[in-house]
Parts: sequence; C-alpha cells; structure tokens
Amino acid sequence: MRAGNEDRGRGPWHLMAERLVADRLAFVSLALLLALVLLVLAAPLVAVLIGHRVNDVDLLSRLAPPSLGHPFGTDELGRDELLRLLYGGRVSLLVGLTAALASAVLGTAIGLLAGYRGGLIDAFLMRMTDGVIALPLLPLLIVLAAVDPAKLGLPAAIAQSASLGLYRIIAIIALVGWTRTARLVRNVTLSLREREFVLAARAEGAGALRIMTVHILPNAVSPIIVATTLSIGGIILFESVLSFLGLGIQPPQASWGNMLSGGLELFTTSPALAFYPGALIFLAVIAFNLIGDGLQSALDPRASRRDAGRS
Amino acid sequence: MTRYVAIRLFQALLVLLVMSVVIYGLIGLMPGDPIDLMLSADPKLTPADVAHLKSLYGLDLPLYERYLNWLGAALSGDLGYSRAFAKPVLDVLLPRLGNSAWLLGSSFLLSLALALPVGVGAAARPQGRLDAAVNLFCFAGISVPPFWLALLLIGLFSVELGWFPAGGMETVGDGSLGDRVLHLVLPVLALTLLSVAGFTRYLRAEMLEVLSQDYVRTARAKGVSERNVLLKHALRNALIPVVTVIGLDFGALFSGALITETMFAYPGMGKLIYDSIMGNDFNLAMVALLFATFMTLAANLLADLAVGWLDPRISLA
Amino acid sequence: MSEPLFAVAGLSKHFPARGGGRITALVDASFAIAAGETLALVGESGCGKTTLARTASLLYRPDRGSVRLAGIELTALSRRALKPHRRAIQLVFQDPFGSLNPRLRVGSIVAEPLVIHGVGRARERRARAAHQLASLGLEAGDLERYPHEFSGGQRQRIAIARALVLEPKLLVADEPLSALDVSVQAQLLELLGDLRARLGLAMLFISHDLAAVDRIADRIAVMYLGRIVELAPRAELFARPSHPYTQALLAAVPRLGAGKRKPGTAPKGEVADPLAPPSGCPFHPRCPKAQAVCREREPPLEAKPGAAPTRRVACHFPD
Repeated sequence: MRAGNEDRGRGPWHLMAERLVADRLAFVSLALLLALVLLVLAAPLVAVLIGHRVNDVDLLSRLAPPSLGHPFGTDELGRDELLRLLYGGRVSLLVGLTAALASAVLGTAIGLLAGYRGGLIDAFLMRMTDGVIALPLLPLLIVLAAVDPAKLGLPAAIAQSASLGLYRIIAIIALVGWTRTARLVRNVTLSLREREFVLAARAEGAGALRIMTVHILPNAVSPIIVATTLSIGGIILFESVLSFLGLGIQPPQASWGNMLSGGLELFTTSPALAFYPGALIFLAVIAFNLIGDGLQSALDPRASRRDAGRS
Repeated sequence: MTRYVAIRLFQALLVLLVMSVVIYGLIGLMPGDPIDLMLSADPKLTPADVAHLKSLYGLDLPLYERYLNWLGAALSGDLGYSRAFAKPVLDVLLPRLGNSAWLLGSSFLLSLALALPVGVGAAARPQGRLDAAVNLFCFAGISVPPFWLALLLIGLFSVELGWFPAGGMETVGDGSLGDRVLHLVLPVLALTLLSVAGFTRYLRAEMLEVLSQDYVRTARAKGVSERNVLLKHALRNALIPVVTVIGLDFGALFSGALITETMFAYPGMGKLIYDSIMGNDFNLAMVALLFATFMTLAANLLADLAVGWLDPRISLA
Repeated sequence: MSEPLFAVAGLSKHFPARGGGRITALVDASFAIAAGETLALVGESGCGKTTLARTASLLYRPDRGSVRLAGIELTALSRRALKPHRRAIQLVFQDPFGSLNPRLRVGSIVAEPLVIHGVGRARERRARAAHQLASLGLEAGDLERYPHEFSGGQRQRIAIARALVLEPKLLVADEPLSALDVSVQAQLLELLGDLRARLGLAMLFISHDLAAVDRIADRIAVMYLGRIVELAPRAELFARPSHPYTQALLAAVPRLGAGKRKPGTAPKGEVADPLAPPSGCPFHPRCPKAQAVCREREPPLEAKPGAAPTRRVACHFPD
C-alpha cells in the first residue's frame, strides 16, 4: 500500500481533505464559517447597500426595530446593528486567528526546543508549561489586561492609540495560549527525534536548527494545524469574555464581546442587542471546534473528540 | 507518600511565591494608586498632603521594597485592609469563599451526576443516536459564551417565566434556606452547563479507549454481561485519567465561576476578584488571587492523590 | 606501519536504562578498516552492532575510546570541527521506510548533504543528485516524487545515493538488506559490491545474514553482548572459527558451516541481560567449554597463538 500505484501523486493532504468532506458536521461548519468570513469582509459593501456607516450615531432613531434601512435595527445610539455586528465580527475573528497563530508559533518553538534539546532545557520548559496550565487563567488575565500601558514605559502615542486594545489582547492570549501546542509539539518531537531520517540528517552533519526546521517541523505540521484550529474557538471566547468585562477591545470599536456587554444594560427592553452578538460568537466558536474535530478525525480517527475544549 | 506530598506542597509554595511577585508587579502597573483615588475624591488635598500620605502608606518606596514589606507583613499574618470594605482582607474573603464553595460544589456534583451516565451511555454505542446527540451537545457546551448563556437563562427563567431570581444570594430580609437555594438554581445551572460538556467528552473518550483494550474483549468473550463490562471493567479504568483532567480543569472551572458570579451578582470569590481589581482594592485583589492560585494547585494535588489511590500501578513514592 | 583509513580503539558506550540502571551496549571495541576494504560485523540482534556502527560514525558520542580517520582523532573534535570530517563517513540505515524524510522530495533528500556542506549552487547540487540517482538505476523524473511512492528496494537505493553524493571514503551500512525482499536483497548486495569496486569505497557492513556477509566481506568481526569476540579474514573465519560463539553461529547456518561443524555446538540458553552482564567471559553461561577461569576473568581480544596476526579472538580456550 505504501508504495502502491493508487497512492501515486496523492499526498497525505489529499486523503485528509477527502475524509474531511465526508464529515458532514465539519463540512457544514466550514461552509458556515466561510459565509461568515465573506460577510464580514463585505461589510463596507453592505454599508453602501443600506446607506449607513458603521459608527453613524442617529439619536433620533435609537433602538429602532428592524427595517429596510436597518435590517437588524439600531442600538442605543442609533447605530446600525447589522454593520456593527459585521465590523465587530472582523475584530473578533481577526483576534481569534492571529492570537491562535501567535500561540501556535510560540508553542511550536518552545515544544521543538524542549523535545529536541531534552535534558535540563526540557525539564525547565515543561515545568513552566505545567505551571501555566495549572493557573486560574481568567483572573490573572484580567490583571494583565488591566495593566496601564503607560506605566510599562510605552510611549504615549502607542499607549493611547485605538488599536492598542487589539494588539494587547492578541499578546495576552498568546502569552498564555501556547501551552497545549508546546506539549503536543514536544511529544511529537521526542518521537521524531529518534526516527532514522533524523539520525541520517545528523550523520550528514546537519545542525540542530536545520534538523528542527527541515526534518522535524514538517512532520509535526498536521497535529499543529489541528491543535491550532481547535484553539481558535477558545480564543474567540476569551476575547469576548475580556471585552465583555471591559478589558479587551474598547468601544467605540465594536467587537462581539463588547457589543454583548453594551446590550446587557438594555437587556430587559431590547434583548435582541445582547442576543445577536452572543449568537454569532456561539456560531463561530462551535464551527471552529467542529472543524478542528473533523480535521483531527481525518488525521487520526482514533484520537477524535478528545482534546477539543477551552484554551 | 508523605515525602511526595511534602515535595508537592513545597513546589506549590514556590509557585505561590512566584505568583505573588508577578501579581504584585502587575498590580503595581495598573492605573492609579490609592492616593490618586483619594485625591480625585477629595481635590482639596495639597501636594504636601499627598506626599505625606504616600510616605505614610509606603507608596513612595520602589516597587520591590513595597513587595518585600507586603511579603513580610503577610508572612507574619497581616494581610492588610480592604479599601472598599474597610475590613481586614480575611474578614471579607472567608465568607465569599464559603459562598463560592456552595456554588462550585453543587455545580461540580451535578456535573458529575450528569456526565457519568451520559458519557457511559454514549460510549456504549459509539456513533449511535445518543452518541451523536451527546456529541453535539458537548460541542455546544464548550462553545457557548458563558455570559451569554447566563443571560439566556436569566431572560428565560427570570424575566419571562419569573421562576427564579435573576441574581444575588438571598432576598433582603428573607435569607431562609429555601430562599438561598432558589437563588443558587440559575448560577449552578449555568456553571453546570459549562463544565458538564468537558467532563462528558473526556469520559466518553476514555471509555472508548478502555473498551478497545484486550482485557475488555476477554471479559466479553468470557460472557460477562455488557452492563458489568461497562460499569465494573471499563468505568473504573476510564475514571482514572478523567480525574486528572478534572483536577487540571479546576482553573477553568474557576474562570467559569468568575463569569457566572459576576453575571448573577453572586457574592463569591470570582466576583470579589473582579470587583477588587476593577475597584483598585489592591490588598484584597492580591490575597484573593493568591487564594485562587492556591486552590487550583491544591485541586491538582488532590487529583493526583486520587489517581494514585484509584490506580494501583501508579506509585507516588 | 602507515595509518589505516579508519581505526577505532577501546570504544565503549553505555545507555541509561529505564528505571535507573545502565545498559552496557558496547565494550572496548577495536578494529581498523583499510581503504577499499569491507569489514562485516555479525552477531545476534541486540548484541550492539548498531551501537558500534553509530558510535564509530560519531552519531553517538563514545564514553571512552578513540575513532581515527586517516590519522585524525575525531572524538576530541567539537561538533563544529567534526562537521567537515563527517563527509568522509556516511551511513545507510536498516529501514528504508524510516530513513527518508516523508515530507521531502527525493531530489531534496539526495541533495541535502550537499546543502549542509555548502557544496555548489542549487543547480549544480541538483545535477549531482540526479547523476547519483541515475547511477543507482533511478530515473530523472523520480527527483520530484516523494519517498512513499517507491518500493523498499528503490528507497534503499535513494538512501545509498544520499550517502554517496558526498563521495565518502567509508560507508557504514547498518543491516541495509534486512528490511527488503530476498530477491531485492540480492540485487542490492550486487550493487554494493559494484560500488565498492568502482569507487574504492571502504565499508563497515553490518548484518546478521551470514550468506550476505560471505559474498561481500573481506574480514569479519563477530560481536557478542557488546564485545568483539573474534576478528578474522572471511575465508579463515568460515573455514576455522576459533571462538565457541562463532562456531555456534556458523553451525546455525548449515550450508556455510558444512565440513567443520561439530554437533552439539548450537548456543544454549538465552542471550545474557545487558543490564547485568555475567562476570568474566560474557559468553560463559552458554559456552560448552566454560571452565572456572571463564567465570572470573574476561579474555581480551588477542592474536591467536600460532596463527597469523590478522586472526584475533577473545577466548581462554580458542580452537
């Protein structure tokens, strides 16, 4: 089978893609996510179509019910709810993807180093990982998010810029989100390190960096992709929690988390304002989790449904 | 065994010490200190007064000296005063700890009571109808934004149906046991929905793993009833890794509690931590965060001890 | 006497064992290989052949002993200083499914040693890789394909091409045939013999297949429990094995042991535990000729009294 003709030209990726398409839940989730991403990207187009801009305040039509001009109604300042949901989605999805990527990069580097070097470096890095995993993260993140950037010695121009919230939340999540990937990559590295093709590279005289990047990393890529996909959902949740608590993305920039928090105050009068952003978070997160699970089963049917979860 | 526990406790102390440095440093980086707050509350204070007050509270010292002072006092049993409550920190903390214990404890037991039969049932017929439903439910459970879930529960059971109170711990002036239980229902439900999914998934996965082992096949071949295979042979072994995961997940449970308590205005540790950070009540925040860390570490240790007790192959010596 | 191409002396290697013990994998191994010569290393699996191969090629750092290549002591060199010398010693591994990185194309695999040693430009490296593959019977189009698209024999040819592309002086082949079908084994053995003749390549050929060894080796070293117990020219070893273990090994292969075989010499008992090797001669618990001295003193590998100096054996009572 390994050398058979039927496999010719079809790498492991093809097989994985085929199994993924066969997984109905994952396929539906993928379609849903793609639709969501397209919609979010098309937000400026939607703005032109309905004739409003995202942060146009219209105090005369506050909390308006859905209409042709405002398909999802307006919020407490008369801003168009649909546009805010779309622009907020941009932020939430962007944070989810970039923070997941940053965590994955950090975790991969730490895991590779620990697994390949072994010994004291490994022991130190893995105790550190255990420590971070065991901590009550949310309270600590709240402290971290409450830190005054001006006191960190950042120049005022950066400390007060509007996009700081975005960068900060990505950095904070990456700072604690790398642990799963680090453990995973370390374990994969430990087993790959003893494989003969790695020994062969060492016999050729390859250095540690080359062995880690050319020989170990490409063979560890699929579990890393699965773990990263599975982490995106948890990260979007985390962003929403922090923004909801007033520590993430700061208004007037919309994110699903801070929209939900804004909607909370008007919950008894206009429950829809709190319902929409929460529902979108829920949809995006469950879609990412189902895709991650699908990818995992496609790669290794036995390991499916084990490691998904909150990061 | 004693030695193992002693080493683990020592490690935990070390982690706590490191965490106290980190948290103290981070709190020092948060905007505003108590005197700034006094100043904004009472603009009549002169700069001389401010300087005097700062030196009185030791706030003019460098951060590390302030930390050492704090550590010295804390080790001698003086954890300081809560600014917002004007009470010693422990007097504020301990009752809240009790409240959280009620919330977390009942939700934990309820989660287990649900996860055990559901997880075993799903694993009994993998890919069956129950399994598919459980799978989807679990994904929903780990994907739902926790505060949104709380909001939906409040909207449905409190605003629409009026069955349960939307927040607080007791009706002012009542405070009977029944009243307090009524107040617990929604927060416990919210927290349970959040944690039961994780437990169920782990249990199901571990059950499937164990059920594919040789000794289970042997048991089946010998004619042991399916019920006994599931409960006697498989469940006991599947529980071992699940216990570890539950211990490790205590931190996540605590995060869930923070959100749930905040949403339901339930006066527990989680809400206290959030309020104290937001309200610049530094002494309180410091001690409460360390308490949370300590409890998480303790939960990990207890889980490891429980695993050692459940699994005779693992020696903790 | 001039320096041989490659010589190891007193080479020893231990591994930490699970549970705190120490596995003695290699004890005091010494041998030399002349340019163009093939030394075969034989012995049961687990006797330390692979450890010897990997330690001699400095894939593992030895605990003790010396490895000299054309007179240069390699064990004293730093990782960086060792790198240029690695070109001269190349390895072929046992499992052609494990020794090729599944994520790299064959062209990259064969050209990689050139990249590592900074030989030529990309175009030149490619040409050399293609040439090397062609000389081993693979096609130009194969450069773009992945290892999983090839059969075991083809993959082992790719591994050999990778080893040869740096034009080494010594090829260390660690059971290169044992993962292959018998018919493919014969082809590859022929190929290795060809290469040796054509390139003047010295070879350390590790095998437990005595028939293969008979066809390719100039000299043979027999290993037991991490020690070389007998070292002799091929014909002499097959004709007059000296060590009781060698005799037992040959007796297990009727065709080769014919004529000189004595009945009842098959090794009895189990291979000793490398975690707790026996005292004295490591073979004494299984040896039909064991006496009191064998339990007390380990015999060194020395020239056999009255025979040519090329015949060395570690036994108190050699035949």
